[in-house]
Amino acid sequence: MVATEQDEPLARALERPYRHGFVTDIEADALPPGLDETTVRAISSRKREPEFLLKWRLAAYERWLAMPRPSWAHLRIEPIDFQALSYYSAPKSQQGGPKSLAEVDPKLLETYEKLGVPLHERARLAGVAVDAVFDSVSVGTTFREQLAKVGVIFCSFSHAVQHHPELVERYLGTVVPPGDNFYAALNSAVFSDGSFVYIPEGVRCPMELSSYFRINARNTGQFERTLIVAERGSQVSYLEGCTAPQRDENQLHAAVVELVAHDDAHIKYSTVQNWYPGDEQGRGGIYNFVTKRGLCAGARSHIAWTQIETGSAITWKYPSVVLRGDDARGEFHSIAVSNHFQQADTGTKMIHLGRNTTSRIVAKGISAGHAHNSYRGLVRMGPTAAGARNHTQCDSLLIGSQCGAHTYPYVEAARDDAVVEHEATTTRISEERLFYCRQRGIDAQEATALIVGGFCQSVLEELPMEFALEAKALLAVSLEGAVG
Amino acid sequence: MPDWKEPIVNDEQTLLQVNDLRVDVGERNVLKSISLDVAAGALVVLMGANGSGKSTLGLTLAGHPRYRVVGGRARFAGQDLLALAPEARARAGLFVSLQAPPEIPGVKNNLFIRTALNAVREARGEAPLDAFDFLGSAREAAARLGLPESLLGRPVNDGFSGGERKRNELLQLALLQPRLALLDEIDSGLDVDGGRAVVQLVQDLRAKGTAFIVVSHYLHLIESLAPDAVLRLDQGCIAERGDAGLARELARTGFAAATEAVEG
Repeated sequence: MVATEQDEPLARALERPYRHGFVTDIEADALPPGLDETTVRAISSRKREPEFLLKWRLAAYERWLAMPRPSWAHLRIEPIDFQALSYYSAPKSQQGGPKSLAEVDPKLLETYEKLGVPLHERARLAGVAVDAVFDSVSVGTTFREQLAKVGVIFCSFSHAVQHHPELVERYLGTVVPPGDNFYAALNSAVFSDGSFVYIPEGVRCPMELSSYFRINARNTGQFERTLIVAERGSQVSYLEGCTAPQRDENQLHAAVVELVAHDDAHIKYSTVQNWYPGDEQGRGGIYNFVTKRGLCAGARSHIAWTQIETGSAITWKYPSVVLRGDDARGEFHSIAVSNHFQQADTGTKMIHLGRNTTSRIVAKGISAGHAHNSYRGLVRMGPTAAGARNHTQCDSLLIGSQCGAHTYPYVEAARDDAVVEHEATTTRISEERLFYCRQRGIDAQEATALIVGGFCQSVLEELPMEFALEAKALLAVSLEGAVG
Repeated sequence: MPDWKEPIVNDEQTLLQVNDLRVDVGERNVLKSISLDVAAGALVVLMGANGSGKSTLGLTLAGHPRYRVVGGRARFAGQDLLALAPEARARAGLFVSLQAPPEIPGVKNNLFIRTALNAVREARGEAPLDAFDFLGSAREAAARLGLPESLLGRPVNDGFSGGERKRNELLQLALLQPRLALLDEIDSGLDVDGGRAVVQLVQDLRAKGTAFIVVSHYLHLIESLAPDAVLRLDQGCIAERGDAGLARELARTGFAAATEAVEG
C-alpha cells in the first residue's frame, strides 16, 4: 500500500515524446515481403554486385537457414516473422544512386534537416562528414572529395563495392564472419547498404566521419553493414546516429559493423542510438540486433567503442574488440537507457590474444518505468596473452521501483598472470534523495537530470564535443517524466 | 541579500500559522493536533521526548510524501502551504534541515547547492548566480562553518562524516537564506566549534529577518539562541508553552516528569 503511494509520482509521468517519429511520404522501390534465395539474388542484382559478393551472400543465407535464434539474452522477444518483412526499400528518386548532393531528392534532404542532420553544404560549418542511409540505401555522403585529397575513402558501402571491390573483398567478413551468429548471418545475406571507411597509412583523418541511419518504410528491416579499415599509424573518429518513425508494429534492425586497426592505428567509434523505443505500453519500437566487432590486428593498435543507447524496444548489442596485436588496447564506454517497457541486453567482449594487451570497460545502465537493463560482458584472456589486463566497471541507476538491472560478467582466463578487475555499483533515485532535492527547491525533473548527468559524466566525456551535447540532451528527453 | 523584514502579507504579521494540524504516517496517527504561530524573525524552540512528533512536524511542513495530512491547515507567507509541492515550499522560503541528509552519488556538492540556490533565486525574481560568483560565496560560507572546502567538489554528502553532513546543511541554510528555517537536531553530532557556528549563523540570519524553529535537546544551545518561545511536544500535541525557563525546567526534570506533572 505504502509502496504504491510512494511510486505514484514516479509512475505517473512515465511519458515521453519521441521527437523523430515522423514518416517521410516518398515513393519507394521495395521488394515484396519474404525471404528466400531469390530475395538475396534480387538484392545483389539491384545493386549490380560482382560475382564474389553474390556467392558470399548466398553462402551466408545457407548458414542462416541452419541456425537457431539466440535465446540466451535476458530479453522477452515476440517471435519475428522473417517472411513478413521486406528486405529492400529504396526511395525511387535514388535509383541508380546519387552522383552528388545536388541530385539528392529534396524530400530526403528535408527529412535529414528535420532530424538535425543537414546534408547541405552549410554542414561544412559543423566540420563533420556525413553518410546518410535511408531505409536500404545511402542517399548522400558529404565531403567525399575533400577527404579523397588526403586519401581517405568515405562512401556508402554500395559505392565501395563498385569502386573499391578489392578492399571490400579483402576485409568483408574477416572480423564478423557470416556464420558468427543468427543476425550476423541474416545481415550478410541481405545487407543493402551502409558506410565504408578506409584510412591510408599514417593519415590522421582530418574530420569526424558520421553515418546517419534512418528507417522510414513500414515492415522493412534495415540491414546495414559498416566496414572501417585503418592502416598502419592512421587515426579516425567515426560517429553514428539512428532514428525511425513511430509505428505500432515492431521493426527489425540487424546491422553488422567491422573495424580493422593495423599497427599503431586508432579507431574511435561512437554511437548515439535513438531508434523509436515503442510507446508507454510497450507497443511498437525497433528490435535492434547488432553485431559490432573490432579487430586490433596490429601491434599497439587501439579501438574504442562509445555508445549512448536510448532508443529501441529491444537492444541486443555487444560491441567487442579482438586484441590480436601485442600491446593493443580495447575500450568500451556505454550508457544504456531503458524506460517504459524497453529492454536492453548490452555489453562487450574483450578477447585478449596478444601480449600486454589491455582493455577497459565502463558500462552505465539506467532503468526507469518497467524497463530491464542487462550488462553482459565477456573478458577472455587467451593462452598467448602474457601480461594482459582488464578493468571493468558496471554501474546501474534505477529510477523508481518497477525496473530492473542485471549484470552478467563472464571471465575466461587461460593464464595465471592475467589481471581482471571488476567493480559494480547500483544507485537508486529513491524517494528520500528526490525529496531532499525538492526540499532545497530543485524539482524532480531537474533533480533527475542532475543525478543522471553525474552518473553518465565519465562516458559522455569520451564523446566528441558536439555529440556529447546532443547525447546529454537526448538523455534528458529519454528520461523526461521518468520521475515526479 | 533578501530582506524578509518587509511587511508580511499576512494580516497578523505571522509568517507561519499552523492550526490543528493532524498527520498520519502509514497507519499511525503521529500528530494529533498542532497549532502554532511563528512571526517573522522569531525563534521558537521545540522540545519533547523521542517520538513526540518534532521531526514529523518538520517533514510535514516540508511536504514529505510519506507524511499524510489528515486535518488542519498551515499558512506560510500568505499561502496555503499544504497545497504546495515540496519544491514550491522551498522556493517560497521554507528550509527544513534533515537529521540524516542522504548522499547523492555523482552530483557534486557545489553544483547541487548552486542549482538549489538558483531555483530559489528565480522564485524571488533574482538573477541566477554563475559558477564563479557562487563558488566565491560558497567558499566563504564554508570557511565560516568550518566545512573543508574540498567537500564542495565532492558528491553531495557522499562519504561525509555525521558532523560534515550537519555542517553541509548549515552551508545550504547560509546560502539559501530562507524566510523560515526548521533545524532538526542540527547540533547533534557537531563538536563545540560546530555548535558555536550554529549560534552565530542563526544570529546573523535572524538579524536579516529569518525566523527559526529549532528542535534540540541541549540546554546550552537553547539558551545561547535566546528563544522567543519554548514549546514542549508530547504525543503529537503541544503540551506546554513557555520561555527559556521551560527549557531549563525540562533539562532538570526530564520529559517523563513533565508529562506526569501536567497530567497529574
